[in-house]
Amino acid sequence: MTFFEFAKRNLKRHWVRTLLAVIGIVIGVVAIATLGILGNSINLMVGDMVSDVGDTLVVTPAVSGGGMFGGVSGGKLSGRQVEDIARAAGSNRVIPIATAFDRLETGNLDRGVQIYAMHADDIPYLLERESGTFPKETTAGILIGKQLAEAGEKDGLRAGSRVQLGGETVRVLGVLEERGLSFDINPDYAVVVPYRWFSDRYDRNDYDQVIVKVRDVRNIDSVRMDIEDRMNRRDRVVSVMDTGRIMESIMSAYGQITIFLMGIGAISLIVAGVSILNVMMMSVTERIREIGILRSIGTLRSEVMRMFLYEALILGLMGAVIGGVLSFAGGLLMTALFLEDTSYLFNLTSIMYIVFGMAFGIATSVASGIYPAWNAAQLNPIEALRHE
Amino acid sequence: MPIISFKDVTKIYPLPAGDVRALNHVSLEIEAGEFVSLMGPSGSGKTTLLNVMGSLDVPTSGEVYINGARISVMDDDELTHLRRDHIGFIFQHFNLIPLLSVVENVEYPMILKTKKGGRACTKRAAEVLHAVGLEDELFTHKSNELSGGQQQRVAIARALVNDPAILLADEPTGNLDTKTGSGIMDLLVQMNEAGKTIVMVTHDPRMAEYSHRIIRIEDGVLI
Ligand SMILES: Nc1ncnc2c1ncn2[C@@H]1O[C@H](COP(=O)(O)OP(=O)(O)OP(=O)(O)O)[C@@H](O)[C@H]1O
Ligand SMILES: [Mg+2]
Repeated sequence: MTFFEFAKRNLKRHWVRTLLAVIGIVIGVVAIATLGILGNSINLMVGDMVSDVGDTLVVTPAVSGGGMFGGVSGGKLSGRQVEDIARAAGSNRVIPIATAFDRLETGNLDRGVQIYAMHADDIPYLLERESGTFPKETTAGILIGKQLAEAGEKDGLRAGSRVQLGGETVRVLGVLEERGLSFDINPDYAVVVPYRWFSDRYDRNDYDQVIVKVRDVRNIDSVRMDIEDRMNRRDRVVSVMDTGRIMESIMSAYGQITIFLMGIGAISLIVAGVSILNVMMMSVTERIREIGILRSIGTLRSEVMRMFLYEALILGLMGAVIGGVLSFAGGLLMTALFLEDTSYLFNLTSIMYIVFGMAFGIATSVASGIYPAWNAAQLNPIEALRHE
Repeated sequence: MPIISFKDVTKIYPLPAGDVRALNHVSLEIEAGEFVSLMGPSGSGKTTLLNVMGSLDVPTSGEVYINGARISVMDDDELTHLRRDHIGFIFQHFNLIPLLSVVENVEYPMILKTKKGGRACTKRAAEVLHAVGLEDELFTHKSNELSGGQQQRVAIARALVNDPAILLADEPTGNLDTKTGSGIMDLLVQMNEAGKTIVMVTHDPRMAEYSHRIIRIEDGVLI
């Protein structure tokens, strides 16, 4: 039987009040941790993308509205324009891409797919192959994205199989490696075809976007300016997106979002702290006489203080442990729901947010307990004993 | 040397409506082993006198010596240790701790003193509880499940457990019927015969008869 036991029994005696105080802490811990995890997961995901495309400029036909993301505008880039861009880009690699949308059928699978057409020698430069072979410029063969391959697996969609693309039978030459979300092209759910075949099949000689891979990332700004100078001299013909820079600003925005989200969490914990303070003050006021008895039979001020601080500590520990478990579950749910990838959760920083949330919860509880505990310890034993 | 000695002790409670002089130049001496009754009308300062004897309260002026220790030079922790180790308090309203069982109430001052609980504490508590006439089956009860007489016996056991030299009782039979009250008085006499110095506040002359000496107080002055 110790002061800790005393604290435990008092909390049990007023279990409803205890429960409410714990719930307050739990909410605060969960808010801090899950919001932190979500922010961190976004950061990590965006960070992955940055390293992918940091050296990339995406040139698209200018839209009147000045839209940022390619592929939505009605305008096209002609072969001449692409040549101009290539000249402006100097020795940096220029990859023109045309896009279309068509129907893909095989077995029971029947769906629309995005088509990316590229010159055959650009394909291995931009994309990685998981199985099969890359097409030659003239072959009537296609590559399929990883996710698409998985979706069509039970319908026999794999390297070597035959499918109907827009009603025409073509061979699947290979499957691409998963590439993830990106600013230039997103081939995971798409098919990639050689440009010559595409041009014949869809009767097109133009392009929808041009990707410029800048060899030295430090030159990315000057390359962009060169392209803009050359292309937009009279009219705004193209817009050039510097993916690295966009990523940077998105990153810093997400960093601020993370701080903001955690700030909300912190505020909810402070509210929980105030409620603990309130609960503890009530507990002290109700027990004035009891404190008088304890003091009269030889309990030190510091021991009375300890007894009440243990109460706050127990509230904090319970809230932190429950909150920690729920945060993990919540983080799992939120990242799965919003980011569709839970691997970011099992990352040291994400775990740190849970630990941080728990520590903050315990610290808030104990801090809220200090004043009531000190109050209890300072009571005059005579006055306390006279209290009815 | 007397075990309790007051030299010209005055206790003033400052109140907004005017100071209350609860003790007015009180000097007294109580020898070790005495059984003293403290009598006087309501509000005369009996509880105040007892609280000062018990180092629960400090005088406004004058000197108090308890068990050889000079109260005026001691800080709060030292006064608390004095209460814990050398003084047993018995109250009119029993004042058991509701969160604790009977045996835990008695163990509590021992745990404060030894800083650890355990079997030795429980054994000693059981011994003292037996000595005040309580049966084993009551030990695990909560204090509010006991009768007034039983609660006062537990309170006496709690006061005795650290084997203090002095027992201070503020109307220990005030909330008990006559028969139960005389049972408690027999117990106090027994403790006094075992060597404890006892100071007891009472209104009841029949209870005062158990003691060796009666100190009378009126308006904070001994008469
Ligand atoms: N803590 C206090 N603050 C202010 N005044 C007090 C305090 N304690 C006692 N007094 C006053 O001091 C005087 C003596 O009080 P005390 O409690 O010692 O009397 P008492 O003899 O024990 O009375 P009773 O027989 O009613 O218990 C009273 O006038 C009381 O109102
Ligand atoms: Mg009194």
